[in-house]
Amino acid sequence: MSLAHELINTTAERIDAVEISKTFTTKRRTVLALDRVNLKVAEGEFVCLVGPSGCGKSTLLNIIAGLEQPDSGQVLANGEPVSEPGRDRMVMFQEHALFPWLDVMGNVLFGLNLKPGLKDKEREEVAKYYLHLVGLEKLHHANVHELSGGMKQRVALARALAPNPRVLLMDEPFASLDALTREQLYGDIQRIWEARRKTIIFVTHNVREAACLGDRVVLFSRNPGRIRAEFAVNLPRARDINSVQLAHYSTEIMAALKGFTAEEGKEVSE
Amino acid sequence: MKRGIASTVFFLLLLASWEMASQSGLYNPVMLPSPFSVWRYIRESLCDGTLEMATLVTMKRLLIGYAIGLVFGIPLGLLTARFKMFQDTVGLLALGMQTLPSVCWVPLSLLWFGQTEAAMLFVVVMGTLWSVIIATSDGVRTMPPIYIRAARTMGSEGLHTWIKVILPASLPYLVGGMKQGWAFAWRSLMAAEIFVTILTGFGLGQLLHYGRELHAMDQVVAVMIVIIFIGLLADRLFFSPWERFLQRRWGTGVLK
Repeated sequence: MSLAHELINTTAERIDAVEISKTFTTKRRTVLALDRVNLKVAEGEFVCLVGPSGCGKSTLLNIIAGLEQPDSGQVLANGEPVSEPGRDRMVMFQEHALFPWLDVMGNVLFGLNLKPGLKDKEREEVAKYYLHLVGLEKLHHANVHELSGGMKQRVALARALAPNPRVLLMDEPFASLDALTREQLYGDIQRIWEARRKTIIFVTHNVREAACLGDRVVLFSRNPGRIRAEFAVNLPRARDINSVQLAHYSTEIMAALKGFTAEEGKEVSE
Repeated sequence: MKRGIASTVFFLLLLASWEMASQSGLYNPVMLPSPFSVWRYIRESLCDGTLEMATLVTMKRLLIGYAIGLVFGIPLGLLTARFKMFQDTVGLLALGMQTLPSVCWVPLSLLWFGQTEAAMLFVVVMGTLWSVIIATSDGVRTMPPIYIRAARTMGSEGLHTWIKVILPASLPYLVGGMKQGWAFAWRSLMAAEIFVTILTGFGLGQLLHYGRELHAMDQVVAVMIVIIFIGLLADRLFFSPWERFLQRRWGTGVLK
């Protein structure tokens, strides 16, 4: 495999989550985190999963990643059942999860080194390309602890992109960043998504963030974790988180979310 | 530079007061040898080869014993962290054995191995092994599990995860444990060498012991200084590079 071949866009992947159920048992109680959830994500689609904490959205993401197994149901990636993590589906976590014993370059190379068919020189070129893409071309040999929160997430993004996955799974990746850094990253992630055409499933509890990034916003409720509503966001890219049109969408989604939460409260009081 | 001057002045003052104390005539020269007599002993024993031979014998015992301790300690520590069964057996044993100063092994060791190198090695291994097991296992168990999850998504599994993720992630603990293991080994070897005569080699501890027998306190003090010097050198050569690496990468020091 040549370098040019490595860097061309892979075709994005279709993800089908079919009738997924998952329960968690703690000492006190059993929680139905996901109750027969169905989710279809088209090739190259940017889907945001939104809901209150404990609604199972992160669990669904982990199941799609292959990091957790559902109690019943299955995930299909381009029709193939998913049972374990795969290089076609890379994950970005809320915590950057960068390896402190490696420098920035070493972190981006970690996944690439596990990818067969490339020469070391080519791997390095690929890593440089993605570090450039996330705007960190000057920090190849910086140590993780020297980077700001936003930079760390950029490295994590480059690390996830480097093996050229077909799907990017993002679990509240910007939740621990300050507002200004987050705004920059909204722009970056949209730009990169346009450039690399990947399927992205993005978990967040921030409705405005979801409306800004997603082609589609999927709303979850908890106890049990179910999909309650979907919203298509028909706004041109690149979207600005502060735009008025966006506010229109996020207000609508927020109202729906509040409706479910109120309903849930009623169920509890009954 | 300023700190260098401070240290130099401090140690020169220390030497000067030592010299003045021995010059004052208040103390018997056997009780308090002068720095010059100590220096004379070091020079003479270096010239006739006694000191080099003793150092060589001691270092050989220490390094071989320490290496055995690491070779067994690190894998056992990994197993202890990974499997409940090992934790409840080897882990518990290590916890208990670590509290036992390894010089306590000398009587049994002599009985089992006789007055041989093996007896000395055994004592050194007992000093190293347990703290390395405990440090390795602590390091692995305190590692954030997200590292393994992240590595799995990138295609790492099995042995690759152990070598490329779990082991380096535990490095801050591991280096701390190796350092402690080294200190224990060094102390117990000196105690063992002073305690018993080993027919196969005449180490620094034995040199110190015979200095005492001959009332040659200049010899005793000289050997003490050599022991300190070797300890410092080992720290600089073996551990400082690791500590600098940890400092640079993690931004913190060694965890203990």
